[in-house]
Amino acid sequence: MKNITETTQNKVNKAEKKTKFYNDNVFLSIKNLHVWFELRKWGFRHAGYVRAVDGVTFDLRKDETIAIVGESGCGKTSLMRTILRLNRPTKGEVVFEGTVINDLKAKGIKDYRSQVGYVQQDPYGAMPPFMNVQTILEEPLKINGVKDPDERVQRVIKVLEEVKMSPATEFLPKFPHQLSGGQQQRIVIARAMIMNPKLLVADEPVSMLDASVRVEILKLLRGLQKDHNLGVIYITHDLSTVRYFSERIFVMYAAQMIEKGNVDQIIKNPKHPYTFALLEGTSDPDANNASIQKEVPPGEPPSLVNPPEGCRFHPRCPKIIKGLCDIQMPPEFEPEAGHFVSCWLYK
Amino acid sequence: MAENKTVLKLNDLKLYFKTTGGIVQAVDKVNFELKTHQAVVIVGESGCGKSSMAKAVLRLLPRNVAEYSGEVFLNDTETMAMSDEEYRKKIRWVKMSLVPQAAMNSLNPVLRVGDQVSEPMMVHYNVSKEEALKQAIIMFQHVGVPIDFIHRYPFELSGGMRQRVALAMSLVTSPELVVLDEPTSALDVLTQANIFNLLKRFKAESATSFVLITHDIATSSELADRVAVMYAGQIVEVSDAHHFFKEPRHPYSAKLMASVPKLRGTSEPDFIIGQPPSLINPPTGCRFAARCPRKFARCSEEPPITIIGNDQVKCWLYA
Amino acid sequence: MNSLKNALREIKRYPSAIIGFIIVMMLVALAIFAMIKIPYPEAIRLWRGGEEVWYMNPKNAPPVWYNWFSKSKLPESFVVKAGVDEGFTKVVTTKPDGSSTINFEYNFTFDYDVFPPEVFLYFNTKFDQRQPFASVSMLTPDGTEIMIGDFGIPTKYTYRFSQDDRFITRINRIMGREMINPVEGIFAVPQSDPSIPLKGDYKLIIKGVTFEEGSDIDAEFVFHGRVAGWFGTDHNRRDLSVAMLWGAPIALAFGLLAALGTSLLSMIIAAIGAWHGGWLDELIQRITEINLVLPFLAILIMVGTFYSRSIWIILGVTIALSIFTGAIKTDRAIFLQVKESTYIEAARAYGANDFRIIFRYLIPRIIPLLIPTLVQAVPAYVFLEASLAVLGLGDPVLPTWGKVINDAETFGALYKGMYYWILQPAVLLMFTGLGFAMLGFALDRIFNPRLRGM
Repeated sequence: MKNITETTQNKVNKAEKKTKFYNDNVFLSIKNLHVWFELRKWGFRHAGYVRAVDGVTFDLRKDETIAIVGESGCGKTSLMRTILRLNRPTKGEVVFEGTVINDLKAKGIKDYRSQVGYVQQDPYGAMPPFMNVQTILEEPLKINGVKDPDERVQRVIKVLEEVKMSPATEFLPKFPHQLSGGQQQRIVIARAMIMNPKLLVADEPVSMLDASVRVEILKLLRGLQKDHNLGVIYITHDLSTVRYFSERIFVMYAAQMIEKGNVDQIIKNPKHPYTFALLEGTSDPDANNASIQKEVPPGEPPSLVNPPEGCRFHPRCPKIIKGLCDIQMPPEFEPEAGHFVSCWLYK
Repeated sequence: MAENKTVLKLNDLKLYFKTTGGIVQAVDKVNFELKTHQAVVIVGESGCGKSSMAKAVLRLLPRNVAEYSGEVFLNDTETMAMSDEEYRKKIRWVKMSLVPQAAMNSLNPVLRVGDQVSEPMMVHYNVSKEEALKQAIIMFQHVGVPIDFIHRYPFELSGGMRQRVALAMSLVTSPELVVLDEPTSALDVLTQANIFNLLKRFKAESATSFVLITHDIATSSELADRVAVMYAGQIVEVSDAHHFFKEPRHPYSAKLMASVPKLRGTSEPDFIIGQPPSLINPPTGCRFAARCPRKFARCSEEPPITIIGNDQVKCWLYA
Repeated sequence: MNSLKNALREIKRYPSAIIGFIIVMMLVALAIFAMIKIPYPEAIRLWRGGEEVWYMNPKNAPPVWYNWFSKSKLPESFVVKAGVDEGFTKVVTTKPDGSSTINFEYNFTFDYDVFPPEVFLYFNTKFDQRQPFASVSMLTPDGTEIMIGDFGIPTKYTYRFSQDDRFITRINRIMGREMINPVEGIFAVPQSDPSIPLKGDYKLIIKGVTFEEGSDIDAEFVFHGRVAGWFGTDHNRRDLSVAMLWGAPIALAFGLLAALGTSLLSMIIAAIGAWHGGWLDELIQRITEINLVLPFLAILIMVGTFYSRSIWIILGVTIALSIFTGAIKTDRAIFLQVKESTYIEAARAYGANDFRIIFRYLIPRIIPLLIPTLVQAVPAYVFLEASLAVLGLGDPVLPTWGKVINDAETFGALYKGMYYWILQPAVLLMFTGLGFAMLGFALDRIFNPRLRGM
C-alpha cells in the first residue's frame, strides 16, 4: 500500500508555514486530516484506497489529556501514526506549535520527533531485547546529539526516578526480559520522556498489563502530565479507564470522529447512538449483569475501502432516520457547549 | 436457577511443569465444585496459573509435566484414573470441551469452518458427514453465524465471527461443561457484548455449565454465578457472584476489585504494589502475605480453607 | 554478552558440540604451532626450496611411523653435522708446520630390515691453495673396516658413496656379486645373496688432513633412509610436515575469511534492501537470482587459468560471487519480519535515521542466527580452496593441503602405493570439515530456538 501526498495544497502552505497560532494554549492542531492508503492488485494495478482517516479535526491544549476511543479498524492507529509523522497525510494538516509538519524534511522531522514521546501497547516488544535499560534510554539522547556520556547517564537516572524506578542505578544494567510488565512499560514511558517532550502519545499503554498494575501506570502518566505540563493523547478502546485519566473524549468510528466532548458530557450524556452502544457494552463489575442481555447493535464496523453512503453507522443504528441517514453524511452539531456530535438526530 | 447435582468437582488438583529454571507449581492443590446450570469464573492475573487450570481440567498436558495428580469428578465419574485413550473417547469433547485462548487463531486455516464444526460429531459419535453438518448448521444458528458461512475458510471471517465458530465447535457435541479461556480478550467491546449475550442465552436454555477463565473482572460479571479467585497457583476464594462483587472476602480479591476502573462508579481506582510470587519455589505461608495490607503474624503459616456456607476462603482472617 | 555465556553453557549439553569444539581447537592449535615453529617467510623458503634446502631427505619416503606398523623395519633418515650433533666427533690435531689432521667419528646403530637407498657426505672446507684430503671408511659390527674412498675436498663437495667407482668395485668384491645398490653392501652380511642386513653398531671414520694453517674441514653425514619425517617426503624431497602444518592456518584463514566476509556482507546488503524496500530491494533480489544461476566453480577456474592463481585473488572472487546467494534471501525474510517489530516503530518515532536502525536495531537481531551458518560455512570454503588446488589452480607458492593432494595425484601416488601422500592431507581436510560441521549443527540447535523466543 502506498501513501499518497497532495502536493498542490502543501505548496501553498509552505509560504505560510510559520503561522502564529497560539490560541487558548492549543499547541497541536489537526485540520481536516485525511490519510488514505493505496491498494494495489498484482503489485501495480490500482484497486482503490483504504481511507483510514477521513476528515478529522481537533485541537489539543497543553496540560490536557484527550482520549481517542474506538474499536479496532476505526482508524485511530493510523491517526496516531500520522501525528507521529510515521505516515504522511494525504490531505489536511497537522500543525504543531505553529509549524505544519506534513512536509517537513529530515532535520525538521527529527526536531519534531524529539518533542513527541510515544508509548506503545506492547511493553516488551517496544524495546530491543538485546539492549539493556541504560542503552535503551540513551538512544534518543545519542540521536539528538547529546555527546557527553556523563550527561547522558545523569539524564537517564533522572528520568528513571521520575517513573518511580528506584534505585535507578540498579536498573541500568538489566535487560527487558528481566523486568515485569509494569516495569517494562515504565521504561518505555521513561524513554518517551527523556527528551522532555511537549506531546505524549500513548497507544493502549495498559491493555497488555495486569489489572492491578494498570491503574498504577495510568496514574504515573497523569502525574507526569501535571508535572511537565504535557499534552497527552491517550488512545484506547476501554472506556472505563478514560474516565479517570482524561479531560476530553473523542469517539472514532470508521475513520471519522463522530462525537467530541469532555469526560462528564460523554459518559453521563452520550449523544451519538454508537457512543451510547459503547458505553452499554462496557461492563462494570456488577453481579446483576449476568441476568441482563445488553442492548448492543449487531454486525461489525464497515470496511474502510468502501464505507457506506451517508452516515457510516447507519446500517447498524437503532435510531436511523430513513431517507436521511443513509444518503447524507451528517455535519457536526453542538447540542451543548463544547460537546460535538455528527448525527442527524441533533439537527 | 435450580441448583442440581454437581457437574465438576476438583479434589487437590495439582499440575506441575518441568522447566530449565525449576519446577513450576502452576496448579497447587485446587479444590472446588460446580453445579449444573451454573457458570463459574476463575479470575486471576497473568502468572497465577489459570490457563494451566484449563489444561489440567481437560487433561491437555504438554510434554514437560512434573506432576499431575488429584481427582477430577465429572458427574460422579472419577476421570483422573482413566487412561488417556479412554479419556479421549469418553470425556474430552463429549462431556467437556474447551474454547481456547485466542480461539480465532485455533481454527485450522485450510479447512472450511463447516467441516471443522462437524468434526467432533463425526469423531466421537460416529455420525455421517451429512448428519454432522446438519448439527453444525443448528449450532451456527445458535451462535449467530449466517448459515452460508459453512463453506467459508477461517481467513474469510472477521475475528468476532471466528470466535463464534470456535464456540459452536465447543458446543456441537452438547457437552455438560464448557471451559472458556479468555474468550473475548482480543475482541472489541461491542463484539464482546454480543458474545456474552450469546453465552447468557445458552446458560439459561441448555443444561451446560461454564467455566470462564479471565483476567477481566468487569467482563466476568456478565456471566458469573460464582467467582473463584486464583493467586499464585492456588484458589484463594470461591464466592457467590452477588456477594463477591459487593463484598469480596479475601484481601487480594478486595484489592483486585478496587483496582478496576468503573465507568459508573464514583471512587478512583487503586492499585496493588509489588508482584505475584514466582510459581517456581513459591513462598511458604500465605502467598499473598508480602503484599497484603491486612497481614499479621499468623500469615507466615499456610492458611487453611475456611468453608462459609457454599463459599470458601483461604485466609487466616476467616479461620 | 550474557547470551554468549548462556550459549557456552548450552554447548556443554551436546556431546557432538564438545567433540566438534575440541577438533576445531586442535586445528587452531595446530595452526598457531605451525606459525610459531616455522615462521611464514621460512615456510615459503622451505616449500619453494630445491635440492640445497632438501638434500637431506630421500624422495618419496613414507613417514617414520610406518615402522610402527610394518613387520620389516625401514631405515630412518638422519643427518648429523660434525662437532654440532651429538656423537659425531671432530678431533683436530695441529702439527707445528701448520698442517693438521682432523679425525671424524660417528657411531650409529643400524638394526633395520631394509637397506637405505643412498648415503653421502657433505664437505665444507676452508683453505688457501692446497685443498684438504679425506679418507673415509666404515667399521661394521662384525669387525671389518670397509674402505669407502679417499679424495681431495674442494670448497664444497658432495661425496655420494654410490657414485664412487672404486667404492663400487670394492663393495662388489665384498658381496661377491654386482650390486645394484652399492650402499647395500655396507650394511649387508658379506657374500649374502640376497643381501641380509647386518644389524649392529657401525662407526663412520673420516680421516682428514689439511696442509695449511687455517684450513678447516666440516663434514655432514647424510643418511637417506626409507622413511623420513613425521609426515614423509614428496617427489622434491620436501618434508611434508611443512605443508601439513602450514596447511592448517591457510585453510582456516581462507575458510574463516571467506565465511565471515560473505556472511557479513550478505547480511548488510539484505538489511539495507529489506529496510529500504522499493526498487533497491527488487534490484538486490534480481542480482541475487542471476548470481545463483552463474556457474561458480567454472568462473573460478576461468579466473585461475586466465588471470591469476594467487590465493588472495581467488579469495576475493569467491567472496564476491558468494555474497549474492541464498543467504540474502533468507536474511531478507527475517529482516522483513523484524522490520515490523514494535521497537523499530518506536525507534522511528524517537528520530532514529535509517542507518542507525539498520545497524543498531535490525542487524543485532540476526547475529545469533548468523553464527551457526558461519561455522558451517567454513569447511565449505576450505574444501573449495582444496578443490581448486587439486584441479591445479591452487596458489603456486603456498604449502596447502590441496596442493599436496595435487602433487600426489600428478606423481601417481596411489598407483605407486604412496598412500601417505594422499591420505594425510585428506584426513586433515576431513577433520576440518567434521569439526566445524559438528560444532555448527550444535550451535544451530542452541541459537535457533532462542531466536524464536526473542
